[in-house]
Amino acid sequence: MQAGLHNGLRSGSLRGLAFKAARCKHTAVSAAKSSVIRDIHDKITSKECTAVEVTQRYLDAISKTDPKICSFITVDADQALSQARAIDAQIATQGTEGIKVLSGVPLAIKDNICTQGTRTTAGSQILRDYVPTFDATAVSRLRAAGAVFLGKTNMDEFGMGSSTENSSYKATRNPWDPDRVPGGSSGGSAAAVAARECAAALGSDTGGSIRQPAHFCGIVGLKPTYGRVSRYGLISYASSLDVIGPMAHTVEDAALLLNAIAGADAHDATSSGQPTVDFAAGLLPAASLQGGSRPLAGRRIGLVVETLGEGVAPEIDAAIRAAAEHLESLGAVVEEVSMLTFSLGLPAYYVLALSEASSNLSRYDGVRYGVRTAGAADLPSMFCGSRGEGLGGEVKRRILMGTYALSAGYYDAYYKRAQQVRTLAQREMNFALASFDALLTPTAPSPAYR
Amino acid sequence: AAGVCSSLGSDTTLFMRPLALSAASNAAVWVRRLVCRSAATVAPPTQTTASAGMEVEYEAVIGIECHVQLLTRTKAFCSCPSEFGSQPNSNVCPVCLGHPGTLPVLNAAMVTLAVRAGLALGSEIARISKFDRKQYFYPDLPKGYQISQYDEPICTGGQLEVEVDGQLKSFGIIRAHLEEDAGKIVYAGADRLSGSDYSLVDFNRAGVPLLEIVSAPDMRSGHDAAAYGEELRRVLRTCGVTDGNMAEGSMRVDVNVSVRPRGSAVFGTRVEIKNMNSFSNMQRAIDFEIERQVSLLRAGRGSDIVQETRLWDEIKLVTNTMRKKEGLADYRYFPEPDLLPLNVSDEFIELVKASMPELPAAKRKRYLSLGLTRGDVAVLTDETATSQLFDAVLALGTPVKPAANWIQGDIMAYCKEAKIGMDALAITPAALAEMISLIENGTISGKIAKDILSDLLQGKGNKGVRVYIEKQGLLMISDEAAIGAMVDKVLEANHKQLQEFRAGKTKLQGYFEGQVMKESKGRVNPGLMKEILLRKLNGE
Repeated sequence: MQAGLHNGLRSGSLRGLAFKAARCKHTAVSAAKSSVIRDIHDKITSKECTAVEVTQRYLDAISKTDPKICSFITVDADQALSQARAIDAQIATQGTEGIKVLSGVPLAIKDNICTQGTRTTAGSQILRDYVPTFDATAVSRLRAAGAVFLGKTNMDEFGMGSSTENSSYKATRNPWDPDRVPGGSSGGSAAAVAARECAAALGSDTGGSIRQPAHFCGIVGLKPTYGRVSRYGLISYASSLDVIGPMAHTVEDAALLLNAIAGADAHDATSSGQPTVDFAAGLLPAASLQGGSRPLAGRRIGLVVETLGEGVAPEIDAAIRAAAEHLESLGAVVEEVSMLTFSLGLPAYYVLALSEASSNLSRYDGVRYGVRTAGAADLPSMFCGSRGEGLGGEVKRRILMGTYALSAGYYDAYYKRAQQVRTLAQREMNFALASFDALLTPTAPSPAYR
Repeated sequence: AAGVCSSLGSDTTLFMRPLALSAASNAAVWVRRLVCRSAATVAPPTQTTASAGMEVEYEAVIGIECHVQLLTRTKAFCSCPSEFGSQPNSNVCPVCLGHPGTLPVLNAAMVTLAVRAGLALGSEIARISKFDRKQYFYPDLPKGYQISQYDEPICTGGQLEVEVDGQLKSFGIIRAHLEEDAGKIVYAGADRLSGSDYSLVDFNRAGVPLLEIVSAPDMRSGHDAAAYGEELRRVLRTCGVTDGNMAEGSMRVDVNVSVRPRGSAVFGTRVEIKNMNSFSNMQRAIDFEIERQVSLLRAGRGSDIVQETRLWDEIKLVTNTMRKKEGLADYRYFPEPDLLPLNVSDEFIELVKASMPELPAAKRKRYLSLGLTRGDVAVLTDETATSQLFDAVLALGTPVKPAANWIQGDIMAYCKEAKIGMDALAITPAALAEMISLIENGTISGKIAKDILSDLLQGKGNKGVRVYIEKQGLLMISDEAAIGAMVDKVLEANHKQLQEFRAGKTKLQGYFEGQVMKESKGRVNPGLMKEILLRKLNGE
C-alpha cells in the first residue's frame, strides 16, 4: 500500500512543485525516474560496465562534486574498489548467475553506523580517530549482498540536529542550492544521493533525520518501523526511537535496500521477530498507470489537519493538497482527520530522546577509546576534560537537559510523563490507522532553508 | 570448650590472637564445633555496662547486602566467557567494553539461576520484571551506567533459616535482583587513586552476571550476620547458583549497622560498612561498629553517628570513614530501553523447581532423622561434596554411623592435608562402601583400613577393594587355628613374661596383644585374638 502511494505521489505534481520551490541552481542535479540500483545491476550483469567502472564513476563524481557539497567525512576509495574488484572476479569465475541485485552497487553510509575498519565518527570530535572492529548488522548484510561502500557521510553530531550544521567537521550544502541546508541529521547521505555521488545511502532517523533531509534534497527517504531493522552498530542517540533506513532516488531503490537490511537480529533485543516481506514486490511502476486506472480504489487516506494550515509554508500546504487530489484521482478516498495529540509529540520526543541520549553518551569518557584530554590530574578532570573537548555545544546542551529530566525529583514530572504522553499519541495513531490505510502529512513545514 | 570461646568479649585486641582450632579433632561436641570451628562463630558480646545509672541496653539492627557472581558460562549481556583468573582484558568484546553502537542481549542462564536462588530462599518470583540503568561515571564502568533492576526485581521476599548457637532463627529476605558486574581497577604504586602514577583497568569482570540479595534488618549481632552469610553461601552453592568464593570476589558482602535502645521500634542512624573479605572479618567489623556506636551513644555523642559508608580495616581492626564524602548519589534510574521486559512463565518456574537439588536445611533434617548427632550433621552438610559422597555410600547400603565417621574423620583430614575438595578424590563411592563393608564383616581390621586409606582415596582400590587387599596380603586373620598358632608362637618366644603373667602381672596382657599384632603384621582380628590369647595365657 505504501509503495503504491509513493509511486502515485512521484508521478504527480508534488515533485514539480518541490522543484520550483527550491529554485534549483545546480542543473547538474537531476532526479532519477527509475531504479538506479536496477540500472546498475543490469549494466553489470549485461557486462556493459564492470563493477570497478561503476564504482570509479562514483568516486570521480565525489572528487568533482564533494569539495562543493561536503557530503562525506571519510571516503575509502581503496576499500570500494577492492569490493568492486571482488564482484568482477566473481563474474569472471562464476558468471553472472549468483550476482545479487545490490552486488557492485556503490553506497554511502551515514557516519553513525559502524563500519569495520573504516573510521566512524558520528560527526563528533570525540570519535575522530575511532575505527570500529565490527560492522553494524545492516552494514554486514549489505556487505554480504555484495554492495560497495564509498565512504561515510556527514551528519549532525550524534544525530542531534536537523540541518547537519551541528557536525563538528563541516557543513554539508544542499545540492539544489548551495546556500541552503540539506537538512539533518542525515544531511550528508541525502546530499550525496541527490548529487549523484552514490547510488543510494543509509541514514538514521530518531526524530525525522531520514525524512526531513530527504525532503530538503528531493529524494526518497524511508524511516522503517522501529525494530524492523537492527540497531546493532548504530551509534545510539535515543534507544527507543533510533532506526536505520534507506535514502535513495526512487521508492524501488529504497525497497531494495530495505530488503537487504531488514529482519530480526540476535544482537539487538529490540529488533522485531515479525517476518519480513519483499518490500519491492508490490510496487507499481508509475509508467504502467494507464489513463483512468484507479489502483488505489478502496483505499482510505487520512489528511492530518494539524499538519496543515497555520505555520506551514503555503507552497508546502499547496503541494500536499495537490497530492491528496492526485491520490483521489487514483481512486483513494481522502478525508481530513484530526490528531489531538499531534502537538504533544514534539515535547514528548524532546524529553525522551534527550533523557536517553544523556545516558547513551555517558560511555564517551576517554577511558577505553576516543579522545582523552591530556594532563588531567584526577578523574573528574579527565572525564570533564575529555568530554568538554570532544563534544560539541548542541550535544552538551542536550546531555544537560536529559540529565536534568532524569534526576531525582524530576523523573516523574518529565520522563515518566513523556512516556505517558507517548502512549497516548501511539493510541491515537493506531486508532486513526484502524480507519485509514495511511495518513498523509508534509514531511516538514517548509522547504530547505538557508 | 564453650568456656574458651565465650570469654572472648568485645575487646577488639583479642581478635588478634589466633584461635587454636582443631578441625581434625573427632571430639564431636556440637557446641564446640559450631562455635569454635572458625573465628566467625564467636558468641556475641554483651552490651550491658557496669556503671550504675547508665542502664540503657542497646540492641543492634543489622542488614546484609550480598552480591554473588552467577555460575553462567558467559557474561550477562554478551557471549564473552565469564571466568576468573584470565589474562587481563582477554575476555572482552565491543559489547562489554561499551563501544559505540553496541547493545546488550540477555543471557537466559542467569535468569534460570536467579529463579533457582529465589525458590531456594522462598521468594516470590516476579512473572514480569524489568531492567533499569543505574548511572554514574567511573573508569571500571564501561557504559557509564550499570544495567540493574531497580523497582521491579525478579525476586521479592523470602527468608533464610539459620541455626545460631542451637537456636533456629529466621532472617528475612527483602529482594534479589539481577545486574552486571563492573571491571576491576588496580592502582599502580598505591592503594588508591591519589598517590599512584596510573591505574590499570581490567574489564574481564565487566558484564559478569550478579545476583544482589538484600536481607531484612533482622540480624542482631556479628554472630547472626556471619551465620546468615555462611548459610546463604551454603544454599547458593548447593543450588549451583554461585561458587561463593569470597577470596576471589565471587561473593561480596556489604552490611548496614545501626543501634537502638532495646525495645525501641525506631531505627537508629544506619552506617554502611564495606570491604570485608571473609565472614570472620564481617563479624569483627560488625561487632566493632556496634561497640563504636554504643560508646558514642553512652557518651552522649549520638549525633556523631552519621549516615555514611565506612571501610573495615582488617589490619587495624577498625572501621573508618571513607575519605571522600560522596553525599547521596543520584543514580538517575530509568528503564533500560535496549532490553525487553523479563517475562518468566509459570511453566518455566515449575521446570526450575523440578531441577532443584536438596537444600541444606532439608538435608540436615534428613540426616538428623538417620540418627546422626547435630555435630555430625553440621560437618556432613557444610559442603555439597561431603554430603554427596555420604549419600552415595548410603545408597550402596553402607550403615550410617561408620560412613559418617570415616567421612568426617580420616577422609576429611586427608582432604584438608592434600588441600583438595572431597569431590576431587579418586575413590569411587563403591570402593568406599566396599571398604566399610569389609570392615563390618571382619574381612579387614579398622587399623588396616586406616593404613591403606590414602591409597584407596587415590583410587588404587577402585577395581575392587577386596582384590587390592588380597594382593597386599592384608586380609584380616580370623581363623582361630591360625590365631592360636600365632599366640602359641608369641608365648613360646616370651617365656619369661608368660611366667610373670601367670604369677599375677596381668598388665602384661597388653604386651602380649601387641606382640601378636606385630606377629600378624596388624592383620589379626583383634577381638578374636584377645579372646584366644587370654585363654592360652590362663593355660587353657
